[in-house]
Amino acid sequence: MSHYSAFSIFKQAMRGNRGWSRAWRDPEPKDNYDVLIVGGGGHGLATAYYLAKEHGAKNVAVVEKGWLGGGNTGRNTTIVRSNYMMPGNTMFYERSMKLWEDLSQDLNFNVMISQRGQYNLCHSPGQMDAARRRGNIMRANGIDADMFDRAEVQRRLPYLDYSASARFPIHGALYQGRAGTARHDAVAWGYARAADKHGVDILQQREVTGYLWDGGRIGGVQTSRGDIRAAKVALCVAGHSGHLAQMAGLRLPIETHSLQAFVTEPYKPLIDTVISFGAAHFYISQSDKGGLVLGGDLDMYNSYAQRGGLPIVEHTLSSAKALMPALSRLKLLRHWAGVMDMSMDGSPFITKTPVDGLYLNGGWCYGGFKATPASGWCFAWTIAKDAPHPDNAEFRLDRFERGYQIDEKGVGPHPNAH
Amino acid sequence: MIRIECPVCGQRPETEFTYGGDATVRRPEMTNEDPQAWIEYVFMRGNPRGWHREYWHHVQGCRQWIVLERNTLSHEIGQAELARDAARAWSRTSEAAE
Ligand SMILES: Cc1cc2nc3c(=O)[nH]c(=O)nc-3n(C[C@H](O)[C@H](O)[C@H](O)COP(=O)(O)OP(=O)(O)OC[C@H]3O[C@@H](n4cnc5c(N)ncnc54)[C@H](O)[C@@H]3O)c2cc1C
Ligand SMILES: [Zn+2]
Repeated sequence: MSHYSAFSIFKQAMRGNRGWSRAWRDPEPKDNYDVLIVGGGGHGLATAYYLAKEHGAKNVAVVEKGWLGGGNTGRNTTIVRSNYMMPGNTMFYERSMKLWEDLSQDLNFNVMISQRGQYNLCHSPGQMDAARRRGNIMRANGIDADMFDRAEVQRRLPYLDYSASARFPIHGALYQGRAGTARHDAVAWGYARAADKHGVDILQQREVTGYLWDGGRIGGVQTSRGDIRAAKVALCVAGHSGHLAQMAGLRLPIETHSLQAFVTEPYKPLIDTVISFGAAHFYISQSDKGGLVLGGDLDMYNSYAQRGGLPIVEHTLSSAKALMPALSRLKLLRHWAGVMDMSMDGSPFITKTPVDGLYLNGGWCYGGFKATPASGWCFAWTIAKDAPHPDNAEFRLDRFERGYQIDEKGVGPHPNAH
Repeated sequence: MIRIECPVCGQRPETEFTYGGDATVRRPEMTNEDPQAWIEYVFMRGNPRGWHREYWHHVQGCRQWIVLERNTLSHEIGQAELARDAARAWSRTSEAAE
């Protein structure tokens, strides 16, 4: 497989671009794997990559029911940040941020990480206090954070509504300069190519439909195209976690909900950063192609439909207009939805399960894309060593019975409220 | 837009309702001292892919809680009944089981 570089682009261009080889193999499954990962999104592929790279695992496969990145990885609004404040979360997301910063070099694949900064707007003195507290916790942990007052926000983002009639006046913002966006598909493809290079088998168009058992222990999976044996089975299936856990007789503290995203027609460069509205669930950035990328709230009811309803379209667009009145002149180009694994405290799981041989990575809620590198890194560690790394030690299923929920928002066990 | 058949008001749009989650979850008896039963009740969900019994509150209508059957895969709407009728039916069956 060729190494990507400026030189290889030049060389291939001279030969009419006919010499490129495929980015990863399409192998037939072996009879038996040491680790079999279910789900070829960013998290599954990253797990496979770090298992091979960091832990020397030689016999690993990823099984995907559709195509790589066809789940939430390829549907998300690509915001990457590490502005968390709960013990258990903070350093995990900062590990991810650090991995993002070198990811393109590490994978030899341009994931187009763009640290364009992110503003969390505040619309009341109370929100300013809460933002200051969060910013201080971040700084105390060595993570960058800045507080801006209204005048500074207006200087930096002049196109927001600062008029006297603004429905939600802007008081200021908490800013993380190292936050930004990355190219979602490239993350899946980059990890797939790098994992394949380390000998990982990537098996697409195979849906896992059940498990093979050796007594009480998992011995592999049944798929739509035959059984595959494996000593360890690791789930990275996002919104389908509940379903795959149920097949192993487990109930999870997770509900599946649908989350929509929107993109407008391409427009000249307007927003060079990421802006999160503080008055309603709404955020906006601009893609490299010029489309404004908008995200909003869940549809609020359990759903596996991978499509959203119109009330959220209205809600998101009215938030957009309240924040940036000029947007009312743009047309929407597309909107779509993904199925979210909303956990009871809004935080994820990277853990062994009560079923021998079964490992779980899930419960990512709204924000698992930013977690992709650290999620794969920590899950690989957990699978290889059969024990968590300190950065994911709190992401266990038993945190609910121990009374150690990681509830960033403090809203209690209501999955759709996180 | 989901249209829900409220037993009191008839067919109304989802925007008049608030979602209340899984309606198959049952609170343990107050005398139950087994923590596992309470953990199940507060945190664990079946999260089915298909038909789901769930609470909706008709906040901007008759303000009754209803139990609705809805398919989480297709968004198809099934039966709806008042939550208090569902609760009565449930306590009758659990008494019969005792
Ligand atoms: C609209 C939207 C916006 C979002 N915005 C952001 C954001 O701005 N920032 C952020 O950090 N996060 C965001 N997220 C969340 C983020 O996308 C996810 O948390 C993350 O991508 C999950 O990655 P994953 O690899 O776990 O899941 P996925 O990419 O969904 O991968 C899971 C894979 O498992 C496969 N699978 C499922 N069942 C089976 C089976 N039975 N057999 C085989 N394979 C199976 C699926 O086909 C899928 O490819 C957003 C999500 C959505 C939907
Ligand atoms: Zn009613």
